[in-house]
Amino acid sequence: MKTFSALKKNLKNDFSALKNIKIALLGDTATQFLQQAIRGMGFEHGLDLQIWEADFDQIERQIFDPTSDLYEYKPDVIIFFQSSHKLLGKYNKLKQEEYYTLADRQIQLIKNICAEVNSKLSAKIVFYNYPEIDDSVFGNYANSIESSFLFQIRKLNYEQMQFAAANSNYYLVDISSIQNQLGKKFLFQTAVYINTEMVLSIDVLPYIAEKTVDLIRAFNGDFKKCLVLDLDNTLWGGIIGDDGIENIQLGMLGIGKAFIEFQYWIKKLKNRGIILAVCSKNTESIAKEPFEKHPDIILHLDDIAVFVANWDNKVDNIKHIQRILNIGFDSMVFLDDNPFERNIVRENIPLLTVPELPEDPADYLEFLYTLNLFETISYSNQDIDRTKQYQIEAERALIQQSFLNEDEFLKSLDMISVVESFNKFNTPRVAQLSQRSNQFNLRTIRYTEMDIEALGISKVHHTFSFTLKDKFGDNGLICAVILNKKAHDTLFIDSWFMSCRVLKRGMEGFVLNTISNYAKENGFKYLEGEYIPTVKNEMVKDHYLNLGFNQLQKSWILDVNNYQNKECFIETHSLTIENN
Amino acid sequence: MEKADALRKVQEIFIDILDNDDIVLTYNSSANDVDEWDSLNHIQLVVAIEKAFKIRFTSQEIQRWKNVGEMLDCIIAKNA
Repeated sequence: MKTFSALKKNLKNDFSALKNIKIALLGDTATQFLQQAIRGMGFEHGLDLQIWEADFDQIERQIFDPTSDLYEYKPDVIIFFQSSHKLLGKYNKLKQEEYYTLADRQIQLIKNICAEVNSKLSAKIVFYNYPEIDDSVFGNYANSIESSFLFQIRKLNYEQMQFAAANSNYYLVDISSIQNQLGKKFLFQTAVYINTEMVLSIDVLPYIAEKTVDLIRAFNGDFKKCLVLDLDNTLWGGIIGDDGIENIQLGMLGIGKAFIEFQYWIKKLKNRGIILAVCSKNTESIAKEPFEKHPDIILHLDDIAVFVANWDNKVDNIKHIQRILNIGFDSMVFLDDNPFERNIVRENIPLLTVPELPEDPADYLEFLYTLNLFETISYSNQDIDRTKQYQIEAERALIQQSFLNEDEFLKSLDMISVVESFNKFNTPRVAQLSQRSNQFNLRTIRYTEMDIEALGISKVHHTFSFTLKDKFGDNGLICAVILNKKAHDTLFIDSWFMSCRVLKRGMEGFVLNTISNYAKENGFKYLEGEYIPTVKNEMVKDHYLNLGFNQLQKSWILDVNNYQNKECFIETHSLTIENN
Repeated sequence: MEKADALRKVQEIFIDILDNDDIVLTYNSSANDVDEWDSLNHIQLVVAIEKAFKIRFTSQEIQRWKNVGEMLDCIIAKNA
């Protein structure tokens, strides 16, 4: 971890080429150093975080005064840092018979703040939770006394989680877990507190900043999607090719236990939508043996989307995995016990994340817990099926090779797409797809669930979501288009993003047929599109050109009355686009 | 520890933390003589000095020093 001093030096660097995001930081203690640490950490991740800092202890004034500087600034993200120390101060001032109301009062204040912000801004709302302070007034018995401070602060952390679970625009940065990991002594230094009104030690600032920036990066679509795993001495102890299935270490005894627990962790990641791949120097049949036959194995072959075991070098194999999955290297993590392999891979694929695993496998998990590799801001039921979908994709690719003619192949798939406008059932997935799609994304606007809800009921927007299933399986919701009524005769394509899993199926043509017909039926003459380049979306640079749009300065125009439907082999299941 | 050695070491810390190679400290230097030495950076300097000398100042000591010389006396006393 970089020191605070190093992060502060970043502030003198040139931020001009970096993606800028407007942040407001409001604290009930002094936040100058935190502001510097977050901005410095943003630089480390290619972000120009333009942070407006409220004056000391001005949260309520900034929020409840509609003419405040905060509303003037119109931030993309608002971060609230209410400290445990100030909370303790509030508690101290309550009458004894009111102590038990502290958490309820505070969560009510938080809810009021959120309601007020949501009514005035479309900013994402981020709160820090409360690192515990045990004032030792009741000792262990504090756990039995609702009016104890310990009881109240724990209750408040729980209430914040409840509120976050029920509200899509309320995000928590879990700094309490940083205190669990590093200790209260590390988090809080009395000399700093007494002399500056700051409750965070200099040393903990980079950790708090990193956890905050992790969340901001996730808002920005920058998060991990895939975990690539070595096998020998990574998923089990020993070498399967030399030791044989009876002798590898995997089970509830000794070091075997560490590997079992490690595999359980990986299985949980898979279940929440992280794609697993194996990259091992092994003979494939031998490498697969433990997955098929070992009595204690936790991960099974059907948990793994891509299994690569051969004697080629790992750099080529990881590139091969990346091509199959069609995701960026920067969204992949590679775990390997061998420092030599790690270095070669790191040198050749610099965008890939390659954690420096500790030497002792018993330390793997504790080390990985500290890295927060798998930050996310959404979770939907479809995540559970993701591995299955990638496996089906590999199968489909295999079948395709047997067809000489691509049209014949597409016809044979029996593809069906359900088209719907945004509704409460598809909102989480549409928001998530907007955050995950980097390559096939024409304007790369990221939406939260709250944004999608608002678009679904907007009078000037027309929204479309598309699913795709075929005889091999269901890909779920894979594409969305948002149209904005720009003029009486023109619909502007605000967003068009699609999962790369369904490339080359004629989906683009199907989508254009759908929205073009919709435009025509509703009395519009033109569709207008725009391509905003990013480092990742070059794939769709000529998207509108290829679909027959005409260029007009920076825009692309399609005359819907002269549009000929594209040939495609996708049938539509139902069409329930509401006419707003 | 010699006071002159401590001064050299503290000066290096000032140069690093305040990111200014031109800083020259004397026993009489105070916050008025160094541009970036404000109350906020002061605490960052103090924490860096604590680490470098492996000592801990009390909250009151941190506010009491009138110049670098007094800070050095405090460091040396703790290191003795």
